[in-house]
Amino acid sequence: MNWNFIIFSLVKLAVIVGVVQGLVAYSVLAERKISAWIQDRVGPNRTAPPFMKYVPVLGPLLTRLGMFQPLADGLKFLLKEDFTPAGVRKIYFWLAPALAVIPAMLTVAVIPFGSNLGAQKMVMADLNVGILYTFGIVSLGVYGIVLAGYAANSKYPFLGGIRSSAQMISYELSMGMSVIPVLMIAGNLNLSTIIGWQAANGWLVLYSPLSFFIFLVASFAETNRLPFDLPEAETELVGGYHTEYSSMKFALFFLAEYSNMVASSAMMVTLFFGGWTLPFWGLDHPATSLLLGVAHIVVFMVKMLAFMVLFIWVRWMFPRFRYDQLMDLGWRRFLPLALFNILVTAIWMWMRAK
Amino acid sequence: MGLPDILFYVFAAFTLLFGLLVVANPFSRNPVTSAMFLVLTIISMACLFVLLNAFFLAAVQIIVYAGAVMVLFVFVIMLMDLKEEERRRIKTFGVVTGIVSVGIILSVFLKSLLGCGDSCSLPAVAGAAPVVEGDAHSLGLLLFTKYDLPFEVISVLLLVAMIGVITLSKKDLK
Repeated sequence: MNWNFIIFSLVKLAVIVGVVQGLVAYSVLAERKISAWIQDRVGPNRTAPPFMKYVPVLGPLLTRLGMFQPLADGLKFLLKEDFTPAGVRKIYFWLAPALAVIPAMLTVAVIPFGSNLGAQKMVMADLNVGILYTFGIVSLGVYGIVLAGYAANSKYPFLGGIRSSAQMISYELSMGMSVIPVLMIAGNLNLSTIIGWQAANGWLVLYSPLSFFIFLVASFAETNRLPFDLPEAETELVGGYHTEYSSMKFALFFLAEYSNMVASSAMMVTLFFGGWTLPFWGLDHPATSLLLGVAHIVVFMVKMLAFMVLFIWVRWMFPRFRYDQLMDLGWRRFLPLALFNILVTAIWMWMRAK
Repeated sequence: MGLPDILFYVFAAFTLLFGLLVVANPFSRNPVTSAMFLVLTIISMACLFVLLNAFFLAAVQIIVYAGAVMVLFVFVIMLMDLKEEERRRIKTFGVVTGIVSVGIILSVFLKSLLGCGDSCSLPAVAGAAPVVEGDAHSLGLLLFTKYDLPFEVISVLLLVAMIGVITLSKKDLK
């Protein structure tokens, strides 16, 4: 057993989980702030610990930006009464929130979020089927929602669960198909190798913009975000699959949704936008110094946060799709389009090889 | 006995245990519970594939069976709102067909296990990485060269099943 490996893996694990949780907390804040700006409101600007008013300049500024709001939210979720309604199916009621969060957190394991710091590669698990692993784990994420709907033993959550299972299976297909041209061009399933290919030949979004577009829309559907948040459409289903949930169990569904957003943003950055590389300033090859390694991580984070903002922005700009429109879009528009894209890419590669 | 061996026994035991709980769960007759145990069986089997270095197969197993097929199973069970099924009498016809089909599959396994003698055991190289690399490349190469015909036959079979399902579910088809 290699103790060095174990210790560094544990450290990486702790840091990744911490960063993802922090990102989730503050993307909820970003969601509220951005929605407020879009709707010409102010957003959260009051919450602060009592000693903050004695800190000059910085204290009022941070309070105005709502920087302490996530702390208050988290505390509220932890302290509220954890209510279990009568008539729920107990085991599944307890299991479902956990089943929603676990896959969301596991997806991040294969994503290379930097080149290396010293001798350590900045990825948890450099699998040779990295992208298939992600799809496998993502496809398991649907059980959390389906079982939540089933466990609640009431009509609206049940409809939410049914909708989500149909929606996620449909869009998983388009999502998987949309990535195939990328894999054909890069010629590998390993995410680090795909990033390496992009550093040498240019970002894959330039080679296959249609793939990126389908992947982007499908990931909105997979994360149940508006315009495709049918499983929790408030106007039709009260709260959707999590209607009966309260306190920390509800928070876990929230956590799962935002972790999924983080994971799919990271995935899009890795597959289409060169991961931790930038084509200039010599940032396109693995780091030789500690400073360069940190710079790579920063580049990755900035790209990822840009996608997070896009997720939030779209949510407040577009109305919800109707359910039949959603299915129509998935099966009769995107699936043929993705297949066509594969064909075109294959022909293009064949012509170039000749 | 190294870590992989221990893990093999652990996951093999899990597979059998969960498989048993799918069909004969003493605690619950709920069909959703059975379906969830089937998901766990499939995941344990994927873990066995990983131990054999067949990463691609393991990933596909989870994506297709655990992620898509079983979700549809759960979907249908929920939509039909099956109540806890009572203990039915076991029918003779079901027992006979069950035993025959299990026997046929068992004989195929035994034949492939015993028939090839030494040729199918891995060349034992002390300390070296296993020679079998179940990655997408070698698998795809085999599928499209050596096993081309069986592969195509199976795909046609799936297509036939799909068309059959569509025909059955369209009631007003003339």
